[in-house]
Amino acid sequence: MTLYPELTDEKRRKLLNSMVLIRTYEEAILREYHADKSPGFDIGAGLIPGEMHLSAGQEPVAAGLGAHLTKDDAMTATHRPHHVAIAKGVRLREMTAEIFGRETGLGRGRGGHMHLFDPETHFSCSGIVAEGLPPALGQALAFQRRGGDRVAVAVAGEGAANAGAFHEALNLAALWKLPVVFVIEDNDWGISVPRARSTAVTSNADRGAAYGIPGVRVEENSVEGVYEACGEAVARARAGDGPSLVEVHTLRLWGHFEGDAQGYRTDLEGVPGRDPLPTYKQTLIDRGAMTEKDYDVMTASALEQVEDAIDFAKSSPTPDPAHALDYVFSEGVRS
Amino acid sequence: MSTDLDRTGQEPADNAPASAASTGAPVTGAGVNTATDADMNTGSDAIDTGTGRAPHGNTAAVIEPEPGKRKLSTAKSIQEAIAQEMRADDSVFVMGEDVGPYGGIFSSTTGLIDEFGADRILDTPISESAFIGAGIGAAVEGMRPIVELMFVDFFGVCMDQIYNHMAKIHFESGGNVQVPMVLMTAVGGGYSDGAQHSQALWGTFAHLPGMKVVVPSNPYDAKGLMTAAIRSNDPVVFMFHKGIMGLGWMKKNKRSIGAVPEESYEVPIGKARIAREGTDVTVVTLSLSVHHALDVAEKLEPEGISVEVLDLRSLVPLDRDAIVASVSKTGRLIVVDEDYQSFGLSGEVIASVAERQPELLSHVSRVCMPDVPVPYASQLEHSVLPTATRIESAVRGAVTK
Repeated sequence: MTLYPELTDEKRRKLLNSMVLIRTYEEAILREYHADKSPGFDIGAGLIPGEMHLSAGQEPVAAGLGAHLTKDDAMTATHRPHHVAIAKGVRLREMTAEIFGRETGLGRGRGGHMHLFDPETHFSCSGIVAEGLPPALGQALAFQRRGGDRVAVAVAGEGAANAGAFHEALNLAALWKLPVVFVIEDNDWGISVPRARSTAVTSNADRGAAYGIPGVRVEENSVEGVYEACGEAVARARAGDGPSLVEVHTLRLWGHFEGDAQGYRTDLEGVPGRDPLPTYKQTLIDRGAMTEKDYDVMTASALEQVEDAIDFAKSSPTPDPAHALDYVFSEGVRS
Repeated sequence: MSTDLDRTGQEPADNAPASAASTGAPVTGAGVNTATDADMNTGSDAIDTGTGRAPHGNTAAVIEPEPGKRKLSTAKSIQEAIAQEMRADDSVFVMGEDVGPYGGIFSSTTGLIDEFGADRILDTPISESAFIGAGIGAAVEGMRPIVELMFVDFFGVCMDQIYNHMAKIHFESGGNVQVPMVLMTAVGGGYSDGAQHSQALWGTFAHLPGMKVVVPSNPYDAKGLMTAAIRSNDPVVFMFHKGIMGLGWMKKNKRSIGAVPEESYEVPIGKARIAREGTDVTVVTLSLSVHHALDVAEKLEPEGISVEVLDLRSLVPLDRDAIVASVSKTGRLIVVDEDYQSFGLSGEVIASVAERQPELLSHVSRVCMPDVPVPYASQLEHSVLPTATRIESAVRGAVTK
């Protein structure tokens, strides 16, 4: 029995639409990030300073997962958070303003691109590998105690599955039957270390068995595969049947961070052919779910939203250094 | 991590449920005799039901304890604060290792499970990252968790959740997300528990921005500070010294049992207390060392040496005004700190005066844990702890200089 909405052509278009919006966003951030870092490359310079981890290639995870979530569900993500934030419904303008370090940003310029917090969509992310999982348990615990069918999703990379917090979190979630879904994005690389040199098992989904929870691995970066696997997992959590683990074999289309020359990357030649976006576009056209014209409308709309967000960010004020010490506490100040 | 100490079958005599103790009835907590607690509770039977509770974030008027009134151990006063807040607010709950039927290894949660059940007093696996992180997530969603880290020494296995998440989320979110949780933990040595179960470490937490750090020294403050911590919208690390809890299985400090009002009240976080007034020398300290300092002050009084003892009660915020005010009266400053000496609280206290009014400092000295792991052998441990003997020597040195 399928507990989640079956895939229709309309839903397929929505999945593609989500992927297009994410790719358009990441391309725009890429452009803005590099716009003023030359000559040479100064990581701290420019309108967007600091590390930048972009998610191009991993859109299927975000689109297939986000399709099952509402604003009231919670999500914790990683240092590479834009795609899942967008799929979760985080406001593009405020997110972009945060990435640009502006006062109008989600964190008023105090967080940055690895530390996005949106109470409206219960979205957060952490720059520390695997450490986003435990807070998701607490969100799920709060939902469980209050009744209802809200769920929490913790997204992590495949490297996180080798960290202690991952195993502690899976055990506790299973023990307390928490409404949580763990989604592992396996993009083959932990910065420069290939998965084969870091991980003793071929599928992290198999690790679910150690904690008595279902584990599913989705191959080939398939957005429809993600839709189905996450549909089952989210439905199970909503029904009060406890946590699940989903691993998606996805693709890091670009470097670990911008400026990464990827000299270690042995798979680069085959990468363009694995880009999920043109592939899924062609799939929809082939099955008659969409025309080229529909796709043009989709990309135009995405570009409009993204450029609006970029404009909003660029025209927003930067934070006042006189307030650099604000927000350490909600009450009073440190003496 | 090891909790061998706690499972040796010693009788934790303070394992009595607060509710049962209030009726004076014999109770069984984790199957141990609780006569000590029943005896201890000499006052009224009634436990306050949470009336007169201030809204979150507000500071209620402090009700000073009156001599001769009901006395509680520090452990009981903490249990009572938690119980009263749990009655008043459904969002308050407790998580940690052995906080359920056992009642907390150091009796911080004794009896709570009897009143509130396993749904609100949650025993956890030995997974500190997972359950402290779960506390954070629950707090972000509007709950008010009290999470116990059994020994502060165990922070090494879960510090990322504490300092990178609990303490930073409010800041990183530009004030949009609050984390109203209490991280409660046992600190301190003096009973030969060795280098991994005896540390104070409050300076480490206070060094990292984003968490309030509270360290009570007595039952009255413990209840009021715990109440304030639970109601605070910021993360609060609540550090209780095992030696002030009034445990039946550890050398008892005479001031670990004291008058505690039955009604709910807050002790404001960030206000030091003059534990004893004096004119010759200021001893700035906290936690168990307050009692050693008071013992020394009492001993030296007949000799005409007048010692002022300032109990900081919290490191974050640090009541620098109170420190400067006291030193401006005595002109001599001794900092007594059970935490490691270098790069910590003692230097910070001295810097507070040096930066504001260096001319006040005619004498400065420190009685701290030297920079050595806490030794096991009792003779060695007591040679490095800030004992009354060391404090007395420091005071004599200050006034005869």
